[in-house]
Amino acid sequence: MALSQQSGILQQGASEERGENARMASFVGAVAVADLVKSTLGPKGMDKILQSMGRGQEVTITNDGATILKSIYVDNPAAKVLVDISKVQDDEVGDGTTSVVVFAGELLREAELLVNQKVHPMTIIAGYREACDCARSVLESISFNNQSDPALFRADLLNIAKTTLSSKILTVDKEHFANLAVDAILRLKGNGNLEAIHIIKKTGGTLQESFLDEGFILDKKIGVGQPKRIEDARILVANTPMDTDKIKIYGARVRVDSMAKVADIEAAEKEKMREKVRKIIDHGINCFINRQLIYNLPEEMFADAGVMAIEHADFDGIERLALVLGGEIVSTFDNPDTVKLGHCKLIEEIMIGEDRLIHFSGVALGEACTIVLRGASTHILDEAERSLHDALCVLKETVADARVVFGGGWPEIRMAKAVEELASRTPGKKALAMEAFARALRALPATICDNAGLDSAEIVANLKAAHGAEADSRMGVDVVRGEAGDMAVLGIYESFRVRQQVLLSGTEAAEIILRVDDIIKCAPRKRG
Amino acid sequence: MSLAFDEYGRPFIILREQERKSRVKGIEAVKASIMAAKTVARTLRSSLGPKGMDKMLQSPDGDVTITNDGATILEMMEVENQIGKLMVELSKSQDHEIGDGTTGVVVLAGALLEHAESLLDMGMHPLRIAEGYEMACKVATENLDNIKTRFEFSREDIEPLVKTCMTTLSSKVVGRLKRPMAEICVKAVLAVADLERRDVNLDLIKVEGKVGGKMEDTRLVEGIVIDKEFSHPQMPKDLRDVKVAILTCPFEPPKPKTKHKVDIDTVEKFEALREAERTYFTDMVQRCKDSGAQLVICQWGFDDEANHLLMHQNLPAVRWVGGVEIELLAMATGARIVPRFQELTADKLGFAGSVKELGFGTTKDKMLVIEGCPNLKAVTIFVRGGNRMVLDEIKRSLHDAICVARNLVRDNAIVYGGGAAEISCALAVEEAADKVTGVEHYAMRAFSDALQAVPLALAENSGLPPIESLTAVKKRQLEESNPYLGIDCNDTGTNDMREQNVFETVIGKKQQLFLATQVCKMILKIDDVIKPSDFE
Repeated sequence: MALSQQSGILQQGASEERGENARMASFVGAVAVADLVKSTLGPKGMDKILQSMGRGQEVTITNDGATILKSIYVDNPAAKVLVDISKVQDDEVGDGTTSVVVFAGELLREAELLVNQKVHPMTIIAGYREACDCARSVLESISFNNQSDPALFRADLLNIAKTTLSSKILTVDKEHFANLAVDAILRLKGNGNLEAIHIIKKTGGTLQESFLDEGFILDKKIGVGQPKRIEDARILVANTPMDTDKIKIYGARVRVDSMAKVADIEAAEKEKMREKVRKIIDHGINCFINRQLIYNLPEEMFADAGVMAIEHADFDGIERLALVLGGEIVSTFDNPDTVKLGHCKLIEEIMIGEDRLIHFSGVALGEACTIVLRGASTHILDEAERSLHDALCVLKETVADARVVFGGGWPEIRMAKAVEELASRTPGKKALAMEAFARALRALPATICDNAGLDSAEIVANLKAAHGAEADSRMGVDVVRGEAGDMAVLGIYESFRVRQQVLLSGTEAAEIILRVDDIIKCAPRKRG
Repeated sequence: MSLAFDEYGRPFIILREQERKSRVKGIEAVKASIMAAKTVARTLRSSLGPKGMDKMLQSPDGDVTITNDGATILEMMEVENQIGKLMVELSKSQDHEIGDGTTGVVVLAGALLEHAESLLDMGMHPLRIAEGYEMACKVATENLDNIKTRFEFSREDIEPLVKTCMTTLSSKVVGRLKRPMAEICVKAVLAVADLERRDVNLDLIKVEGKVGGKMEDTRLVEGIVIDKEFSHPQMPKDLRDVKVAILTCPFEPPKPKTKHKVDIDTVEKFEALREAERTYFTDMVQRCKDSGAQLVICQWGFDDEANHLLMHQNLPAVRWVGGVEIELLAMATGARIVPRFQELTADKLGFAGSVKELGFGTTKDKMLVIEGCPNLKAVTIFVRGGNRMVLDEIKRSLHDAICVARNLVRDNAIVYGGGAAEISCALAVEEAADKVTGVEHYAMRAFSDALQAVPLALAENSGLPPIESLTAVKKRQLEESNPYLGIDCNDTGTNDMREQNVFETVIGKKQQLFLATQVCKMILKIDDVIKPSDFE
């Protein structure tokens, strides 16, 4: 570092760290990040309060790894790698965001010890890679698939949802929410389109009062003087300006020489809008939903025609509505015969808490549904939504790839055992790295125990012994009773895809950090 | 600082504000330059070879890049020193010409300069050293021609090509999957290669990536992937056997460049304008439909109304497609790029076998995959990876491998890697040096020593005892006169690079030697460095 600075190779303010120093810096950074989220892992994990730096200093309370890491500003480049994998885990499978960071952190912690014992990082990487391959094949072989039997599959899904939810705020009502999530997912009939599941948050009431609605609920108001209840609705979903119709031809402007003409133009403008509304009504509809605002004039006209008009459904809402109602999003109204209208059996205004919402039931797309979350405060609702989203994502992945493994550290213990066996057969220093890999795997159940205030060393040792004694033991961490327990009996299941992704991205991230022997930080860009 | 005085004793101003500039002259200048170049080379040294380490680079904005690609490292280091910048240029030009060996060339140049320094200490003139290097370089490249072997492959037998790519990839992050990745690269290159003309247009291979999934999911799309989605959410997501129209005009009312105004002063005019606007849209869409197009790809945006009309006419469309993609699409589908609706006719349409919109994971990201085009001359490698850094690094690695395959298509002469070629050249130069008298003799010897810096670094990075391994290989090369022996980086137990399938193209190697020698010469010729002082 000193050398390059003296000779002025790099810009002023830039820094370079080499060899051991660089490695130390990245280990320290990565392990620090892992330790940061470590305490949120498992059913008894703790939450974090995040206060934003922006105005208002909003507060978020969460134990979702990805959310925490997304919100913190890290300067250490290695730490950024971990933040990144957690984000990707969230995007790909939606859950296991904490596990993947903790796992990568443990791998690096073990690697640091090995490096101090003078094992070359490349040797460690070679060992990790082989261990990862071995662990992956074990994971594949121990997974099971119940897709052929709907009843069993549903039970699996329920168990997975419960396991995912048990580490979140919803843990008290996990039975209730697991049912909600599974019902919602099964309605999708395997097409995995989470868009069709709409989550609405309304403060008030208790979490217990959250419910799944088979129709679609839109958080909007019906125009004044229009029918509040429509049966056998024919709905036109549109994206068109209903305030003033701008002239789109470039350079057009109005130039008049008398007040009378202004009035004429204004009348023409109004006439234009009237005609538009007339055309819309000519579609034979009794409900009109627009993405943009609807001004008073057209609103009144719709009211006169007995058409329900709903304005300002935002972009997401309109797409979802079109999907759910089976109509198309319309922007021109010249050929009413060919436009596909949306249909539903009943539209009515309902009350949730204090608010009025519009409820569409008997929609064309049977897959759609809405989950209404109730809770005491916005923080609780936000966290509940995040938790439910995690659960839905995991379930979706499970529906796509029905393989399932037990939870509670069971797969980790199994993989660790296999990796250790592999290590005992492997000559050379690689074996050390494999043993380290096995230890890192076992650190996951140990962390779950630690967070629950249990004696992790004792329980993990018991688990190891149980698995050693019996080849297909089903023992895992039973956090509630604080001992090793049968996972099948406890119903702790996890999605295979999530575990696999944790294993692979964790190893990949550790590898990429290990390979670094030089950190060059450019001079920060000067601001303003 | 040198000052000149006129006959009245007033100082001439030779350099403007010379008191504020720092200046280094003569041998000091050369040494300072060498020092700087060495520092840059030393940074890269540990990234050489299959066991080379990565560098983590943090950009001024805080983004992190992790790579062991020499050119990328140097580019992102933001080197400030002038000589350092020369090294960056050196690596870049190797990257542009050959695409591989960007680290090697810098390490070699660094070693050459390091040895030049000790020659300078002996009192040799920098230019004489440079001349000696030139002579040695000539000998070395001739030697490369002697030891090169032809490398046979054909469209059917791609195995040799795959093996070469595997060598390149083994040092990168994708090392675990080098076999499938190498196959992807080779297939991509062969798909676009013109074997008769021995040319490959790399513009036709696009490397597109999306974060997420596994590296294993990386695949070759025999067509084009664009990071866009259909303009209307309800357009069909999966099209088969479609006629494609490619437009570079927006679905919007015309915007003439000349400044103009349309004045409305009567109700009739207002009505007329409205009518014109409406027909304009229907007309545009109708023209597309009439031409027989089943998919419209447009470089510009759509108005809401046009968008709906397209959808209504059952005409899927994609908007805001970039210029490069438009060209690629035109090439692949055989469509003509149409700049005006009036010119759209049936014979200007292209064809695509399948157009699909792909979604990823739990996010709403979508991409379009266009396959089955009549002109298979454009392919896309679609990369997946655990995180953004891995993804970028995979892309860079694949680029290197593609370049290697392309070089082999261009010229199938190869030399063996693992330092084998360098050692053989070092021996040849040494031998030639013995026949030369004068100062150049020493310079050539220094060149030979510098060449050995590459295998030395290779052995060091692989955790082998560097000097022992190098001398052992050197001895065996001399005794067996076998130029295929190199450093056994992967610990496979053999030093014969033919068995390990480690080789590089002759053009690449020659380029390395030429470029490194040239830069050395350039640096040695500098005897005066003038720069403004740091504080102003």
